[in-house]
Amino acid sequence: MAFLRLLPLLLLCLLASTAIAQVQEVDRPSDDPVVEQRLAKISHELRCLQCRNQTLAESPAGLAVDLRNELRAQIRAGKSDEEIKAFLTQRYGDFILYKPRVTAMNYLLWFGPFVVLLGGLAILFYYIKQRRDSITEQPLSDDDRRRAEELLASGKETA
Amino acid sequence: MLRYSIPLGVFLLLVLFLAFGLRRDPNELPSALINKPAPTFRLPQLKDPSKTFSAEDMRGKVWMLNVWASWCIACRDEHPYLFEYQKSGAVPIYGFNYKDNREDALGWLGELGDPYVLSAVDLEGRVAIDYGVYGAPESYIIDKSGTIRLKHVGPVTPDVWSSKILPVVQELNRQ
Repeated sequence: MAFLRLLPLLLLCLLASTAIAQVQEVDRPSDDPVVEQRLAKISHELRCLQCRNQTLAESPAGLAVDLRNELRAQIRAGKSDEEIKAFLTQRYGDFILYKPRVTAMNYLLWFGPFVVLLGGLAILFYYIKQRRDSITEQPLSDDDRRRAEELLASGKETA
Repeated sequence: MLRYSIPLGVFLLLVLFLAFGLRRDPNELPSALINKPAPTFRLPQLKDPSKTFSAEDMRGKVWMLNVWASWCIACRDEHPYLFEYQKSGAVPIYGFNYKDNREDALGWLGELGDPYVLSAVDLEGRVAIDYGVYGAPESYIIDKSGTIRLKHVGPVTPDVWSSKILPVVQELNRQ
């Protein structure tokens, strides 16, 4: 039942990737647990380009398997995480990074909301200030004071 | 006046963003390799594995590298058009057989015809990683100096050919 419910999703996933590899890719896990640990850490921060909303760590797509094997080889060769990410972005672009970097291209995305927030606060303060300025205090006249006292007194009685 | 101009300005800005944003194909990624040297490789040829093919062999020519595989459904849609492009003589088309079985690949070309000058075989998909391949078919236009000038992901339909690829090829051939 769960499978049937997932089926349309799976089909969509297949459609989204124009390529469905026939050559069977297999993960070749390393015997070294350190390599696998580093792979798990770094591949959770990378996107699979075939099933776009999965990380490289989770995706069963052929390209993801190939890339995981490639990353294992690079980790064994002693490459740093930064070097590995540079290797991938040189080939696939920044889109492969699940944690987007701050670059000139996306300043607006990173800082736009704060600009909007500051703009909103400025408008709010301006509005409050204008409102406060437009209210002038009117001292109570003797009549008003007497009426207020009467009302307060009558309130006490009913309570 | 200010009362109306601010919402109007915000609205127009939104329209501008959407006009540009909605017309872009979210499936197409900007290639990181445009205007970068085509990654070097030396791969065996499909029809004669004793011979190799390298991007360096193409120095001085404008050429097209077309990633294909017999398991790739969209490649089948693209295939008949490749003959037209090849016949036009605008640019030599070289195949890049991506993670395929040799028999399947040869059978595919036998059945549908072979529009390629030759096809290089990347069995492991390792060179494809260097080229940033993420879904066949993909096509690259590489200039005389061996620099990638254009990448198209998905079938090269006649529309794509005439509006996107041909102008670039003609411009590069003039240089």
